[in-house]
Amino acid sequence: MSNAATFDTRTEANIPVESPLAYSYQRSGAPAPSAKSRVVLRERAFLGHLVLRGGAIVLDEAVRAVLGFGLPARPNTLSHSEDGARSIQWLSPDEWLLIVPGGEEFELEGALRNALGDAHYAIVNVSGGQTLLELSGEKARELLMKSTPSDVHPEAFPVGKGVTAVFAKTNLILRRPTETRWELVLRRSFSDYCYRWLLDAGAEYDIGVER
Amino acid sequence: MFLIYCPYCEEHREEEEFRPKGQAHIVRPKDPEACSDEEWGDYLFFRDNPRGIHHEMWVHAVGCRKFFNVTRHTVTYEILETYKMGEQPRITAESLARVEIQGNVQVAGGGQQTVGATNAAVASVKGEQA
Amino acid sequence: MSKSVTQPNRLKEGGRIDRSRKLGFTFNGQHYQGHAGDTLASALLANGVDVVNRSFKYSRPRGIVAAGAEEPNALVQLGSTEAAQVPNVRATQQALFDGLVARSTNGWPNVQRDVMSLVGKLGGRFMPPGFYYKTFMAPASMWMTYEKYIRKSAGLGRSPMEPDQDSYDHLNQHCDLLVIGAGPAGLAAALTAARSGARVILADEQEEMGGSLLDSRDLLDQQPAAKWAERVLEELAGLDNVTLLPRTTANGYHDHHFVTLHERRTEHLGETAPLVDGHRGARSRMHRVRAGQVLLATGAHERPLVYANNDVPGNLLAGAVSTYIRRYGVVPGNKLVLSTSNDHAYRAALDWVEAGREVVAIVDARANPQGDWIDAAKAKGIRIITGSAVIEAKGEKRVSAARVAKIDLAAFKVTGQAETLVCDTIASSGGYSPVIHLASHTGARPTWNEEILGFVPSLVKGVHAAGSARGIHDLAAGLADGVAMASQALEALGQSAKAVELPQVDSRREGAACALYQVPHEKPTLRAPKQFVDLQNDVTAGGIELATREGFESIEHVKRYTAMGFGTDQGKLGNINGMAIAARCLGKSIPEVGTTVFRPNYTPVTFGAIVGRHCRDLFDPERYTALHQWHVENGAEFEDVGQWKRPWYFPQVVNGKKETMHEAVARECRAVREKVGILDASTLGKIDIQGPDAREFLGRVYTNKWEKLAVGKCRYGLMCKDDGMVTDDGVTSCLAENHFLMTTTTGGAAAVLEWLELWHQTEWPELNVTFTSVTDHWATMTITGPEARNLLAEISDIDLDRDSFKFMDWRAGKVAGVPARVFRISFTGELTYEINVQANYAMHVCKTLFKHGEKYGLTPYGTETMHVLRAEKGFIIVGQDTDGSVTPEDLGMQWCVGYDKPYSWIGKRALTRSDTRRTDRKQLVGLKPKDPKVVLEEGAQIVFDPKHAIPMPMVGHVTSSYYSPTLDSGFALAVVKGGQQKMGETVYLPMADGQVHEAEIVSPIFVDPKGERQNV
Repeated sequence: MSNAATFDTRTEANIPVESPLAYSYQRSGAPAPSAKSRVVLRERAFLGHLVLRGGAIVLDEAVRAVLGFGLPARPNTLSHSEDGARSIQWLSPDEWLLIVPGGEEFELEGALRNALGDAHYAIVNVSGGQTLLELSGEKARELLMKSTPSDVHPEAFPVGKGVTAVFAKTNLILRRPTETRWELVLRRSFSDYCYRWLLDAGAEYDIGVER
Repeated sequence: MFLIYCPYCEEHREEEEFRPKGQAHIVRPKDPEACSDEEWGDYLFFRDNPRGIHHEMWVHAVGCRKFFNVTRHTVTYEILETYKMGEQPRITAESLARVEIQGNVQVAGGGQQTVGATNAAVASVKGEQA
Repeated sequence: MSKSVTQPNRLKEGGRIDRSRKLGFTFNGQHYQGHAGDTLASALLANGVDVVNRSFKYSRPRGIVAAGAEEPNALVQLGSTEAAQVPNVRATQQALFDGLVARSTNGWPNVQRDVMSLVGKLGGRFMPPGFYYKTFMAPASMWMTYEKYIRKSAGLGRSPMEPDQDSYDHLNQHCDLLVIGAGPAGLAAALTAARSGARVILADEQEEMGGSLLDSRDLLDQQPAAKWAERVLEELAGLDNVTLLPRTTANGYHDHHFVTLHERRTEHLGETAPLVDGHRGARSRMHRVRAGQVLLATGAHERPLVYANNDVPGNLLAGAVSTYIRRYGVVPGNKLVLSTSNDHAYRAALDWVEAGREVVAIVDARANPQGDWIDAAKAKGIRIITGSAVIEAKGEKRVSAARVAKIDLAAFKVTGQAETLVCDTIASSGGYSPVIHLASHTGARPTWNEEILGFVPSLVKGVHAAGSARGIHDLAAGLADGVAMASQALEALGQSAKAVELPQVDSRREGAACALYQVPHEKPTLRAPKQFVDLQNDVTAGGIELATREGFESIEHVKRYTAMGFGTDQGKLGNINGMAIAARCLGKSIPEVGTTVFRPNYTPVTFGAIVGRHCRDLFDPERYTALHQWHVENGAEFEDVGQWKRPWYFPQVVNGKKETMHEAVARECRAVREKVGILDASTLGKIDIQGPDAREFLGRVYTNKWEKLAVGKCRYGLMCKDDGMVTDDGVTSCLAENHFLMTTTTGGAAAVLEWLELWHQTEWPELNVTFTSVTDHWATMTITGPEARNLLAEISDIDLDRDSFKFMDWRAGKVAGVPARVFRISFTGELTYEINVQANYAMHVCKTLFKHGEKYGLTPYGTETMHVLRAEKGFIIVGQDTDGSVTPEDLGMQWCVGYDKPYSWIGKRALTRSDTRRTDRKQLVGLKPKDPKVVLEEGAQIVFDPKHAIPMPMVGHVTSSYYSPTLDSGFALAVVKGGQQKMGETVYLPMADGQVHEAEIVSPIFVDPKGERQNV
């Protein structure tokens, strides 16, 4: 073991939980998607988010052993479990973002730590600090063009790519897991700003929010 | 608004993602206590301000958060190369001057014309050291 | 007010307007009618409106001169309501829409009768260049008074005083090739690149794409040139890899092929963007284009000739005359005299005759012009006067005649008797200047090409120019150049160009032009009637001559002295003429004199488009903690700390009256000192540090020691830069042997993380340690005060016994059923627990605390109370009590410095520099005002001797100052020279209002100096 502290943040049952956008929905509303909506937004709250730090080779081996799929091979790309429910994104040469269904993160961290043994690595649970938004619809790409200087043209941003991007006046993680779906991973404290930005910039596309 | 190639992300990205961190290759003295006040002051405060080739450190702040180095022409703003921390530049004022004098070409930054380093010179230096 | 709706200058047929659609508009209060497809300028000319403005300096009547972006005179103020006001719009670039309301930008009280025109009439000798500097600068104090009136009478429009109803936005674009200009060269280039599969953006500033093809007399494949343009545009519009941006001006060319395009999306439709499906789209949009390569097909601007009174309405550019006739079906007059130095301008006379109006004469400066255009003019029976020029226009509000004389170009002399030709319009052409503005933005200096008598752009890597933009004015050659330059650009991208077949052009023989800029007059330039060079800024040939006589030899100095090219048109028409005149006066050639530099923006851009969506609620990100909603619902006033919104204080309503800040803070302070308060501390930066070398790393970046900090313990740390100056502070806790949690200041979080990475990546990559921000993952609620333990005990399973959970310990357990890390650290000096929970559960924990806290008097407090409480304890705030010039020793924090640590930690060496060893450095002390009612001003300067003559030696300043309800007195922290050795001495604080406050230097710890309360 790496002699680091792990911390299970799961609570007793029946304890109310709030996504980072809880206040935003109340204050700014969440227009229901309609047939006119050319962009649809959906929050996937309460997922497990782990940051992995260390060398690619050791981490890849451990991740494969525990999750059954490996680290993405190239910079700025994603790898997925077969059902798409778990993903790993390259963030830097020694940093990856692992996103799994909510509630799995603590056991997963333990399993990875076991598999990694004395290797040099770090795992950090950041699940409370970020949330994931899905963006789809025919104008999703244009909405992104309004918001980020990253090139989101399919040639430059193929399926399976993921980057850290400037977004309006802040930044976030932008990924494209499928042909039609974009994902934004937002920091909790900036999520209201990003949400308001998306509603404002998406108004002309009749943006809808799935709740 | 520069377009900068991050040697870690292996992509060109917008300047908005980066922050400049001053002159590259400033090494902290190994034994600070052995430095005179003047030597320590030089390390802390004194930096080059060349007209022409300059080596700068940048950080990919909105990105991989890695520090890296940039060889930039301070007149044309052309970025001639970027390279990882710990590596040495392949293009320097000296290497370019050497090649361009051999090639009988005007040295970059010599006048008001913003011609930059010639493609031939840059390619030659890169080839020479590759 | 309604006037006849006939359009006296409108042709029965021809042009690209839609005569079936009539559009009403108002100009200077008069109602007029135009047609769909008109610009405001063409509609005004159709209605015979001669005077559209008053000139900037002399208030002379001015009319429309050009048909495009280069128009210097026809600047209008748009808008029927206050909110819709738009200043400085060029009438030539404003499409007409029904209900458009415009006014002249200049002219007070109006364009027909203008008070300042007296100045203009009295003549130039009253207002030479530098007039304002020389006349109004003395006495200097009066400038503010003069300025008001000068601005009012000059003025360049005004901004709206009510909020804009429209929205604006940005679109980030990326392409392989950006083609700017959709004239012949641009279309050929875009077609070439598009067919080759490259990602292409084609931008053009006009209402319709096609450029000169839209009013060309040439046939392409035996058809009107515009037909070819239509076909190409249709093909381009059908391609996925092509983005067409009409009504889009490339305004700025920035580094590395980053080009800003300003798209006017709805300006042609109405004052505000129309509602579509209940949404108002963006009125205009800034495209932020990152291009691989850029092709400039920006065409050329025709140069007017500079002759006496060349500004009287009715003086137009020859090409503009053709454009108005051929594109808009408008003949801007009845009797035309054309003055030219080249063949191409002959088109204006031919178009005029064909429109059924009279051409009095073509006056050609060349002795023996030869070519197809000349033959065509002769065939129409037009009188051609050779070796001559219009030397002076007659008329006030409209040209009434032209004085024409033989001239000697080389000697710059009128050689014959002037002949007066009665006419109402003078068209002139002195040649064509490639539009080099964008190339100039890249820093490339243009070069003079004697063959085309114009500057052509120098190009940095990745920039290409084609057609007229680089002096290739011939249509067939321009089309071919577009293909060739696009192929060159594609090659640079590593792509290969597919062949494009070009249309047949019926070629015409054109003779050479002659060099003519300023036309000589019988009188010397300084005595002749004004010959205008820069119409927008009223710069005359005489003004430039005077500037050169006064010793301004550099063209950049001439520019600044005369203001030539400083208008909103950046001297698009006048600059080359001005340089030619300066060259003549200095006895130099034009390339020797050189050119000035054009800078972004090419044409004015509305602030809305620059700002985009980053305004109002979205001006700047607002960061919220997980408890933000609680704060809002409980009436918090907020303070901005970095981008965070933090509760500042929580005013209560007492007896129907809302507390003032002073009252609320006093109540909150008492609650903490006497009962228990709660603070949202989630904004503090939190960095997770893991690795076997984490401890070593901490020892190098903090001033104090870390090797012995045990698991379960917390420690305060100070961080310096290598110059020895304090840069951040915070508490770091040992979570496991190789695992630490560092906290930073709220504002310093990102910078500290980057700082740690910097040292790790550059100096100590061998240390095995990682840093990850967990600021947003944890929510932090600080409960502090004598009742804190009792409150926490009710809802936590953690053993809170004072001996097992000591001050500076942390424990894990559950709080309100939620797993928590609780840190027993204190920023108030009271018994304190900082409860950290995963942020998604924070609201539940907060509400549970209040449910149980009521009986203990649990009181929410904000940053203001936090500041008072910490200052009473002498705890510093980095960035408030420090300013980058303060060492740990200056703060009296030697206890926090590990002088004997083995590694020379960051900042250590600097602490022994001679400067940091001085004993008279400014040092942190407490200040106790002699009058307890006084709360000293933060920032107030401190002196030892208030009787000292001014300037007094200032020895320090107040860094923090508050009223303390605990002390019932004002108190302050301050830095004072040598202050730590001056305890008990009196200092003075002279204020701006003459008062001098007295204060005693005391220890910075005002409350509980032994620190007993936090240990209970």
